[in-house]
Amino acid sequence: MNRITAGRRHPLARYAVLLFALTLLGGVYTLTAPGNQSADAAIASGKVDDVAEGKKLFEKTCSSCHGPQAQGTENGPTLVGVGAAAVDFQVSSGRMPAANPGAQAPRKPLAPWVTPKRIDQLAAYVQSLGGGPTVPSKEQVDPALGNEAKGGELFRANCISCHNWVGAGGALTEGKYAPNLNEASPTQIYAAMVTGPQAMPVFNDSIITPEQKRDMIAYIVGVREQKDPGGFGLGRIGPVTEGLVAWIVGIGGMALAAIWITAKRRQAK
Amino acid sequence: MSTGPVPKPIAGTSSFIDDRIGAGNFLKRNLRKIFPDHWSFLLGEIALYSFIILLLTGTFLTFWYKPGMNHVVYDGSYEPLKGILMSEAYASSLNISFDVRGGLLMRQMHHWAALLFIAGMMVHMLRVFFTGAYRKPRELNWIIGVLLLTLALAEGLTGYSLPDDLLSGAGLRITQGVAISLPLVGTYVSFFLFGGEYPGEDVMARFYSLHILLIPGILLALISAHMILMWVQKHTQMPGKGRTNKNVVGAPFYPAFMAKAGAYFLFTFAVIAGLATFAQINPIWAFGPYTPADISAGSQPDFYMGFLEGSLRIMPAWEINVLGYTLPLSVIIPALVPMGIIMTGLALYPFLEQWVTGDRREHHIADRPRNNPHRTAIGMSAITFYGVLWLLGANDELSAFFHISLYTTTWFGRIAVFLGPALAYAITYRMCLGLQRNDAAILGHGVESGVIKRLPHGEFIEVHVPPADDIAAHMRGKEAIPTIAAAPDGEGIPPKGLRGPIGRLRAKMSETYGGEKIPIEEHHEEHPAISPADDDKSLTR
Ligand code: HEC
Ligand code: HEC
Ligand code: HEM
Repeated sequence: MNRITAGRRHPLARYAVLLFALTLLGGVYTLTAPGNQSADAAIASGKVDDVAEGKKLFEKTCSSCHGPQAQGTENGPTLVGVGAAAVDFQVSSGRMPAANPGAQAPRKPLAPWVTPKRIDQLAAYVQSLGGGPTVPSKEQVDPALGNEAKGGELFRANCISCHNWVGAGGALTEGKYAPNLNEASPTQIYAAMVTGPQAMPVFNDSIITPEQKRDMIAYIVGVREQKDPGGFGLGRIGPVTEGLVAWIVGIGGMALAAIWITAKRRQAK
Repeated sequence: MSTGPVPKPIAGTSSFIDDRIGAGNFLKRNLRKIFPDHWSFLLGEIALYSFIILLLTGTFLTFWYKPGMNHVVYDGSYEPLKGILMSEAYASSLNISFDVRGGLLMRQMHHWAALLFIAGMMVHMLRVFFTGAYRKPRELNWIIGVLLLTLALAEGLTGYSLPDDLLSGAGLRITQGVAISLPLVGTYVSFFLFGGEYPGEDVMARFYSLHILLIPGILLALISAHMILMWVQKHTQMPGKGRTNKNVVGAPFYPAFMAKAGAYFLFTFAVIAGLATFAQINPIWAFGPYTPADISAGSQPDFYMGFLEGSLRIMPAWEINVLGYTLPLSVIIPALVPMGIIMTGLALYPFLEQWVTGDRREHHIADRPRNNPHRTAIGMSAITFYGVLWLLGANDELSAFFHISLYTTTWFGRIAVFLGPALAYAITYRMCLGLQRNDAAILGHGVESGVIKRLPHGEFIEVHVPPADDIAAHMRGKEAIPTIAAAPDGEGIPPKGLRGPIGRLRAKMSETYGGEKIPIEEHHEEHPAISPADDDKSLTR
């Protein structure tokens, strides 16, 4: 006890503490910061267990399509280098494991075995194979920290050609479609941008910086939670539903009114 | 009318006016004007009342709307756009929506009224077409109607562009694309419209004057002319008891018809105000300001432009090069051909029909659609043509909503736009004949009464009774469609007008179009009624 207290007062102690703190900070930074990371980093940071667990899970549920080493088969692409963010996006949105081959793997309810922890393990395993974009931190995707207006501009410039102005989605060629953005969590929105799932292009950090991504998340989340100021939003897809309503409610209602008014006469007679 | 003596001030004033301008006589004559009663005769009023609502709400909007293309930084109360650079037009529209009291309601009423205005015109026009109410002497009013519809489309297009949001900007861009693709004059037209390069600084101000001054002015004048002509020529009536080409059976304008018209105005108002309150329309804040570089999925025009959008979408990417000029057929054809076919076809139809039938008589009794099968079939095939194009204008939404491939919808459209009208023609024609046959059967044999009778020898029959008077009269209102007298083939010389190839075609068309397809067997005249006592009639059947 005495020796420890004495040691604490040793002139070199403060340097040791500083060194320790710096290592810790660096470690945390390398873990959370986006960018490529190698298998070594994952192993060095004590994620070996996750990797091992993830490998087991992967072999059980994913290898039939992606191959035992995730090298790819004719049923699924290679996952080397797609990164933890891709796994997190695909599995947490229910897209993977894919059910049946189609134009596009759709979002679907999660299987009971899918838990955040297992997703992390799968992600750690795939990350250990060849790096790739990592899962963003809570802070990186917090809508409250973003600037909605700026995000809106970026959203209009980059995303609405496929996803529509309020993220209501739209059709693409060959039976593909851009889904609506009503269900994606902030983390998934971020991950979609950095990984570019399927027909969607990749928006890496040199095209849209992480802060800008957060602004966009703020916009997407803000707009979808907005109560439509003008009444019922009619699916927010614009003139098509408006025209439908004008004919069915408007003209239909007026025709009924006309029939009613002219029929009145016979009763009065 | 009233019991007690008229109070002096009123009697004095009215006789003063009466003595000077003869208003009493004028009013007496016009207030007692008779209007026939049929629900479909009210459809035109949807357009009329919507137009009044458009004028009122539009005037409200002009108090705050600024047609400026200069850029301002938005500082209103809609958070997601705060600090964004946008045109003054867009900023002022946002201001109307969020910071002017009642502004959003007025904008939405204006837009819903615009949709009802045009949709109302369309159903009204269809009613006039299918009942043949455009025939002499009403051709002129029909032409005015076609002009009104064309102008209304232009009014809608200019109005839709005013808020300068991303969606209307896309529409404007297409308009400019069409203008510039016109052969020879394209560049000039585009420069004239936009005051230079697209989009330029002037276009909003120009569209604004067109939208609130020129086009509404012409619309108002034409609508007045339309109403006056209708008044002077009197309304057509459905065939029925005691209705002839020389009389009008119905209710007097005052008070009966006026009460109905007033009620119908209130209905229109209620529907428009109700929609504007509960259903959001044109949420310009969600679209964002217009920037030529941004384009959104699901960009659509308002419904009345949908058929043009659809023809643009199904058109293959054709172009031809003539002497160094590129003629972008993929833009010109869809922009001009369907609109041309529809509007020209509408305008010429009364005259074409006259030419084919040689019918120069006046008509004040409306046709029942079934009684002119070719006309009805042509109308239905035109509706199908328009409908296919219209549907395909929304093919991206259909594809996304029903999970059909976008290419499939395009190919479907390319085939359906030709096949659909032909099919509609054939089906409608058959249906009309079937309905006529049904009428003839009812007049000839009566209607099934639901009473089953057992005959002495054990057979069961259903008793047929004659149709009610008014229904029978309604059915018997049918007239054979006139034909031009073609010479019997082989003998004699055909009349002068029918000799050349065109003349022969005309005679052939007349023979097909006109005539009586299903004659009504007037059993009635001899056996006044197939009364229950008269059931050997049913026996022999
Ligand atoms: C039925 C076959 C199948 C199964 C099982 C399957 N996948 Fe996939 N996966 C695919 C296909 C096919 C694609 C490519 C989708 C595309 O691009 O259209 C894909 C794509 C992916 C991607 C995206 C790759 C990229 O380039 O961004 C990830 C990540 C992924 N899968 C992870 C997994 C994981 C983790 C599992 C196990 C939980 C799994 N998959 C199970 C078929 C499958
Ligand atoms: C070329 C068209 C295209 C563009 C541009 C595009 N996306 Fe996508 N996006 C897609 C497609 C296709 C999918 C579906 C991918 C899948 O199912 O795996 C998708 C999926 C998504 C998802 C997942 C939705 C869900 O429910 O899981 C999000 C979030 C997303 N995109 C956000 C964005 C953002 C933000 C942008 C702009 C930076 C953008 N997208 C730009 C085509 C596009
Ligand atoms: C003559 C009376 C009219 C006036 C004074 C008027 C005025 C205006 C003004 C100022 C605007 C822009 C303001 C805004 O939307 O924020 C506008 C928009 C519009 N007008 Fe009109 N208008 C008139 C008639 C019509 C008619 C007859 C139609 C339909 C055929 C029409 C269709 C439209 C449309 C579709 C818009 C866009 C509305 C929106 O932004 O939601 N207007 N009008």
